[in-house]
Amino acid sequence: MAEIVIKAEDISFSYESDHPADQIPVLNHLNLEIEKGSFVAVLGHNGSGKSTMAKLFNLILTPTSGNLYLFGKKFDEETVTEDEFFALRQRIGMVFQNPDNQLVATIVEEDVAFGPENLGVPPAEIRERVDAALEIVGMKEFARHSPHQLSGGQKQRIAIAGIIALRPDIIIFDESTAMLDPRGRSDVLATIEKLNREFGTTILHITHYMEEAIRADRVIVIDSGSILLDGTPAEVFSNVRTLKSVGLDVPQVTELLLEIREDGFNLPKNVLSYEEGARAIADYLNQKKGRSSR
Amino acid sequence: MLKDITLGQYFPGNSLLHKLDPRMKLLLAICYIVLIFLAKSAPAYALILLFTVLIVAVSGVSFGVVLRSLKPLFFVLIFTTLINVFWSNGTTVLWTWGPFAITREGLIRAVTMAIRIVLLMASTSVILMYTTSPISLTDGIERLLSPLAKIGVPVHTFAMMMTMALRFIPTLLEETQKIINAQKARGADFDSGNLIDKAKALIPILIPLLISQFRRAEELATAMECRCYRGGGGRTRMTVLRFALRDFFAALAVAALLAGIILLNLYFPALL
Amino acid sequence: MNAAELRGVSYVYSEHTPFCKVAVDHIDISFEEKLVTGIIGHTGSGKSTVSQLLNGLLKPTSGVVEVDGKDIWAEPKKIRNVRFSVGLVFQYPEYQLFEETCYKDIAFGPKNMGLDEKEIDERVREAAEIVGIPEELFEKSPFDLSGGQKRRIAIAGIMAMRPKILILDEPAAGLDPRGRDEILSRVVEYRKKTDSTVIMISHSMEDMAVYCDKILVMSDSKPYMYGTPAEVFGRAAELESVGLTVPQVTKMMLLLAEQGFDVRTDVYTVAQAKAEIERLIRQA
Repeated sequence: MAEIVIKAEDISFSYESDHPADQIPVLNHLNLEIEKGSFVAVLGHNGSGKSTMAKLFNLILTPTSGNLYLFGKKFDEETVTEDEFFALRQRIGMVFQNPDNQLVATIVEEDVAFGPENLGVPPAEIRERVDAALEIVGMKEFARHSPHQLSGGQKQRIAIAGIIALRPDIIIFDESTAMLDPRGRSDVLATIEKLNREFGTTILHITHYMEEAIRADRVIVIDSGSILLDGTPAEVFSNVRTLKSVGLDVPQVTELLLEIREDGFNLPKNVLSYEEGARAIADYLNQKKGRSSR
Repeated sequence: MLKDITLGQYFPGNSLLHKLDPRMKLLLAICYIVLIFLAKSAPAYALILLFTVLIVAVSGVSFGVVLRSLKPLFFVLIFTTLINVFWSNGTTVLWTWGPFAITREGLIRAVTMAIRIVLLMASTSVILMYTTSPISLTDGIERLLSPLAKIGVPVHTFAMMMTMALRFIPTLLEETQKIINAQKARGADFDSGNLIDKAKALIPILIPLLISQFRRAEELATAMECRCYRGGGGRTRMTVLRFALRDFFAALAVAALLAGIILLNLYFPALL
Repeated sequence: MNAAELRGVSYVYSEHTPFCKVAVDHIDISFEEKLVTGIIGHTGSGKSTVSQLLNGLLKPTSGVVEVDGKDIWAEPKKIRNVRFSVGLVFQYPEYQLFEETCYKDIAFGPKNMGLDEKEIDERVREAAEIVGIPEELFEKSPFDLSGGQKRRIAIAGIMAMRPKILILDEPAAGLDPRGRDEILSRVVEYRKKTDSTVIMISHSMEDMAVYCDKILVMSDSKPYMYGTPAEVFGRAAELESVGLTVPQVTKMMLLLAEQGFDVRTDVYTVAQAKAEIERLIRQA
């Protein structure tokens, strides 16, 4: 079994409030393990607690109760030194929703260099890291552009390059595709897949687009601060009713086959893509024809 | 449109001017300003004008862009010209009308002042704005001032603030335009009424803008922390500034210009 | 009857500068009255420009924009009135909220129209009801509300002007599926209630399929296709050739048709597909 890089043990969290009475827990006794090198999509509607969870894993927030283990070591806010803290931050990168509010420099490559500069990496190595990171996200030709000349999707890929340059083991994408147009979304998603498949980066992709979740190895559905469903995309999306009841979409084809199945026709349950759907229906029809002609 | 404003915008390029060390450019820009005010005689002005044209030509920035950047100066120019024409006490009166008198000296002062302002603006914007990326400019300032950090001046913080401001000016302008359009679509009227009405009409623009800037500041701070930002201590830089041969040649050129101006001032009569 | 029409309209951004860019190029578009028309296309296809041309925020470089059969630029000084009859909700409209209370913010538009207190009150209440903002929230600050609620307040602010044509630019951008369905169904409801015309810009083919009567596809600064959802999705291959996606069930039906099955391919919802597939199964 692969190494567990993030482990949440019975974690609860509520935002501080002036009135302790209306403190509603955002996360409710959450238990979760993330394996090294996996591509995990976290689905949930707005306010389900999915973004809060991401901020806990990246140490932006601290749990109200429960334990968090990062790379096998329990994180303790009381005893952690500043250097240890920043070392963890470096290993767990985070890309946010609004691409504009992440870029700090006026030139693309200077922005990508920002992280390694903060780490005190020697200049020649920063140069290498920046070039490599821009290459990975496919934005090398824009190295000398200024961010405001770029589209949303391009800016978001620069933000990703800025994180890659920190050489993290895990990257958390906190609704990083929500503000992009379809082209920007598919470019960013392709970059995410590339990072996972080619470079073995562990990915936690938080989203409310089911089309994106389908492409992960594992889908976790969060509702009211705890885990509702957890499994492969095919397993999770076969729960059409449950997903719809918490306000999430399911692939049209999955829903279609399930509805036809409920009408008494024996079609497979775990179908996600339109190709699989067409194949399943064609097989079923051919089989039936074969039977009736016999 | 608001975002078409070119003042304070960098034009990426590969000219000699682009490649100069920002520290040298800062120092030379300061020298240049001094030089502009040292010129006294007509040939000295001509020389510095020629030199400025040369700078623009070398920079690869089009003259049209430079001229357009002077547009905001228009009123300043008219104002200073009028003051100089009418309120300088010269002796050679050319024309009078009531209490107003135009003198030869006044006219000359007005023209030379206008030339100085134009040259000042054109040269500094070409040297420091169009051919220097804002980040290397702030970088240059930070490093020039770095000795002050030893006596407790927060040089890095100051430079970081400058960089951020520069980064977000275009974004801010774009956002302002969006909010103006959105409020116009709700029938907001920014043009009619008296001064108070007009000031009131700005509220629907300023409040959304302010709120979004606060949100941006917060998100940006979080994003920076996530990229391991912990202030200036222990930071390295990707680009290491080193003076190259060209920087010394640039300094030499400006020194030659200084010598030229002094000589021309000596051999030719001052205009005033 | 057409609610609005663009005839031979071009619009060029930053004309006579190095940043000059043609946003729409000699286009002719008619928007039919009392329908929900969806405009779809890539970023930069000119769809947002069309919306700003319709309500007079942008003046065409050439051509005529007509609303209700009248050239909106006939009297340039009266262009503000056009903005009242063609309401435009921008993308992320919640960022334009500024008043101390939700009520006041919704009332901003009607107030600018110069209406009396009673009329304003009536319109604010009506608009709030349509978007589903309860009276308890009227005196609250809009900044204390959730993202989805803020968006609804902002949309109500435009609806309260009772425009004959309501244009919404990506009204569901950034919302989760539940928020998206809520907003879009309320917009359709608004159209029915007020007997007005709605134009909706979106990136999502699936949303268009469910909520629009007609769809206008834009590509490369020009209209590319126009028709009912069934007509438009029936030409899936052409849509994909300009880089737009079609609903998943449409793709599946196309694949089945290619394999020689006798299925309709102008299908775009799960219910339609279910009926079609079950017909096929029963036939077999």
